[in-house]
Amino acid sequence: MDLTLSPQEQAFQDEVRDFTANTVPGWLKQKVLEHRHLTKQDHELYHQLLNEKGWLAQSWPVKYGGCAWSAVQKHIFEQETAATGCPRIVPFGVNMLGPVLVKFGDEAQRRHFLPRILDGSDWWCQGYSEPGAGSDLASLKTSAVRNGNHYVVNGQKTWTSYAQHADWIFCLVRTSTEGKRQAGISFLLIDMKSKGIEVRPIKLLDGTCEVNEVFFNNVEVPPENLIGQENMGWTYAKYLLTHERTGIAGVGFASHYLNVLKNIASRQMANAKPLCKDPLFAARVAQLEIDLLAMKTTNLRVVSGADNNAAPGPESSMLKIKGTIIRQEINDLMRRALGPDALPFIESCFEGEHTQDIPVDDYAIPVASHYFNERKLSIYGGSNEIQRGIISKMIIGL
Amino acid sequence: MDFNRSDDHRLLAESLSRYLHDNYSHSHRMESSATDTGYSPDSYTALCELGIVGALLPESCGGYGGGGYDISVVFEELGKALVVEPLLSTAVMCGNLLADLSNDTHRELIEQIIKGSTTVALANYEPGSRYQLDHINCTATKNGDHWVLHGHKNQILNAGTADYFIVIARSDKQSQLQKGLSCYLIPKDTPGLSINSYPTIDGYQSGDISLENAKNAILLGSDGNAYNTLEKCIARANLALCAEAYGAMTVCKELTIEYLQTRKQFGVEIGKFQVLQHRMVDVLIEIEQAKSSVINAASHIDDSRATRESQISATKNLIGRTAKFVAEESIQLHGGIAMTWEYSLSHYAKRLVMIDHLFGDTDYHLQRYIEFTT
Repeated sequence: MDLTLSPQEQAFQDEVRDFTANTVPGWLKQKVLEHRHLTKQDHELYHQLLNEKGWLAQSWPVKYGGCAWSAVQKHIFEQETAATGCPRIVPFGVNMLGPVLVKFGDEAQRRHFLPRILDGSDWWCQGYSEPGAGSDLASLKTSAVRNGNHYVVNGQKTWTSYAQHADWIFCLVRTSTEGKRQAGISFLLIDMKSKGIEVRPIKLLDGTCEVNEVFFNNVEVPPENLIGQENMGWTYAKYLLTHERTGIAGVGFASHYLNVLKNIASRQMANAKPLCKDPLFAARVAQLEIDLLAMKTTNLRVVSGADNNAAPGPESSMLKIKGTIIRQEINDLMRRALGPDALPFIESCFEGEHTQDIPVDDYAIPVASHYFNERKLSIYGGSNEIQRGIISKMIIGL
Repeated sequence: MDFNRSDDHRLLAESLSRYLHDNYSHSHRMESSATDTGYSPDSYTALCELGIVGALLPESCGGYGGGGYDISVVFEELGKALVVEPLLSTAVMCGNLLADLSNDTHRELIEQIIKGSTTVALANYEPGSRYQLDHINCTATKNGDHWVLHGHKNQILNAGTADYFIVIARSDKQSQLQKGLSCYLIPKDTPGLSINSYPTIDGYQSGDISLENAKNAILLGSDGNAYNTLEKCIARANLALCAEAYGAMTVCKELTIEYLQTRKQFGVEIGKFQVLQHRMVDVLIEIEQAKSSVINAASHIDDSRATRESQISATKNLIGRTAKFVAEESIQLHGGIAMTWEYSLSHYAKRLVMIDHLFGDTDYHLQRYIEFTT
C-alpha cells in the first residue's frame, strides 16, 4: 500500500503541468474557469493540442496512435487538466467509439476511422436513446433493413449530444425482431450528411442547446459501416458503456469545483463576514471535502484494478453513483453560496465577452445554470437507478 | 501508487483471520464479554503469542510494526470478530505512548505488554471534558523522586483490568489547555487510587478512576510537554477504531446480503424487491468509501501534525456517518430478527454506532477538520 507518486509518476505529473501551463492557451482556460460556453472550434483546438502531444487517445493501443496510459496516469491527467481549466475531452469519438473499433471493428474500419478521430476530421455523436427507449435501451425501435447494397434506416434518436456539430453518428439499430430484444440490435456508423437525416435541437432548462433529436427517414447506409456482426450490437454497446465510465467518478471536476465553491464562499458576505467563516456553511463544505478525499482513493482503487486497459466492471457503477452525488452536492452549495446573486439570468454572458451592465459579479452569473445543467449527471450514461440495478445484480447477486 | 497490501501485511491479516475463525466464535465473544473482566485472558494471551501486540508497536521498543497499515490491517480483522480483548487500550494507546516517551527504564514493562502479561490503560479524559484532549484539571505534585496525583478521570477503556494507568495531569497548576500537560505511570494498587469499572452498551469495558493524592507516580517523558504525544496517541486510537468499524461493516454487509437472499415474503426472496436492492447498493457504496478513508488515514499517520490530524479527523467523521448508516440500514433491511440479542448482527450494529462516542464524534471531528485545513 503506497499512496505517494513514484518518481516516474511524479515526472509524468510535471509533464502534464508543463502542458497545461504552456501549451493550452490562457484564454481557453479562462473561458472554462468562467463557465463560458465553448464553441466547436474551442473543442477542436484542445483535441488538436492533445493529439500533437500524443495524448488524445489515452486508452487506445500504441499501434493505433494511442498512449495506453495506466490508471494512475489517467488520474493525474484528469486532476491536473481539470484543476487548471482545460476543457474536457469530447468523449464520443475518442473514448467511446474508438475502443469499440479497436476491439470489434475490422482492420479497414480501424485504418479509416481511427486516424480521423485523432486528427479531428470526424466529429462523432452517439445514437443510443430514443423517445421510447431511455433506461430500457433494449426496447429501441430505429430499424435498419438490408435492401440490396445497403441498409435502409428509419426512426428517431434523442438526447443526442453535439449532433449539431457531428460529421458521423454511431447508432444502435434494430436489425431483427426475433428472439430476445437484445439479440436483434446492430451497431451501425452513419454519415450525418446522408440524405434523410434531420437534426432538431432541444433547448434545456438552463437555456443551452447541447442535445438534439435526430430523425432518420429512409437513410441509406453502406454495409461496410456495420461494426462486427449483425445482431451483436448490444455486446458492443455494453463494452462501450464500461469505457464511457472509466472517468465517470469525475474527481478532477469535483476537486476543481470544490475550489470554485470555496472561492465563492470567501467572497460572499454573510452577517458582515465571509460566508466561509459561517460555521454552518463551513461544515457543509468540509463534509463534502471529506467525502471527496475518500472518493479520490475509491476511484484510484477501482481504476487501478482495471489496469492494462481492461475495462472496469460493474465497480464503475459505484464510481458513477457516488461521483455524481458529490458533484451535484458541490453544485448545490455553489448556488446556495451566492444567495440572491444566483438569480440573474443573462444569456449573453455565457458566450464570452459582453458589454452589458450586469447586476452581480461576473462569476455569479453561470452558477445556477451550471447547477441545473448538471442535474443530467445522475441521469445520463445509465441513470443512477440503472447503475444500482447493475450493482445489485452483478456484484451483490440479488 | 500501489493499492495492494504488502506481503507482510497480507500474511499478518491471514494469520489473524485464521486464528479468529478457528478460535473466536461469536458465542465465545459473547461469553467473554459477559465475564467480570469483560474479555478472555486466555484469548488475549493467545493473540499476544500470535504476535499481534508486537505488530502494533515499533521496532525501537521490541515490536515489529506500529505503522499506520499495521494498525489498520490488525483492527480490520479484530472488527470482523468484535474482539473484546484490550488491544486498543494496552497496545495501540499505552504501548505506543511508552515507546514514544520512555527511555530504557521501561523496556521491561513494554516487553511484558508485548508478551501479554501486563495491561495498561490510558486515563486522559475527565468529567466535563467530553472529547476535548486539553481539558485537564488533574494535578501532579513532585514529592522527592515521585509524583502525587490528584483528580478524577473517566472514559478509561479497560480500566477494571489494567495493571497500570497512564495519567495525564498538570504539574504547573497555572498552566492552561495544551501547555503544561505531562504523562505519569501509576500502578493500579496505589493507595488513594480507586477504580469504578463498568460494561458499555456495545459489550466492551470502560471505567473511571479517582486519584486522592495517590503517591508513587512516575513521570514519563519531560515535564509539561505531553500534549503532542497524547494527540498522536489519540490519532492512532482513532485509526484503529475506524479500521475496526470498517471490518465490522463488512460483516454487517455479508449478513444482510445473505438474509436478503434467503428470507421469503410475498412468495419471493425479499432481495428481489428493488427498493431493498437499491438500499443495499447504497450500503455497499458507503462501505467502499469507508475503506478508502481508512487507507487515507493509515497512510498519513506518521506525517506532519496538520496532515495527520486533518486526515484522521476526516476519516473519523466519515466513519462516524457511515457506521451509523450501515448499522441502521442493516437492522432495517433485516427487520425484527436484527432487533434480537441472540442474532450476532445486533452486536455489530451496536459497536458501529457506539464507536462514534469514542475519541471524538462526527461533529467534533468535522469541526477539527475545519480547524486543521483553514
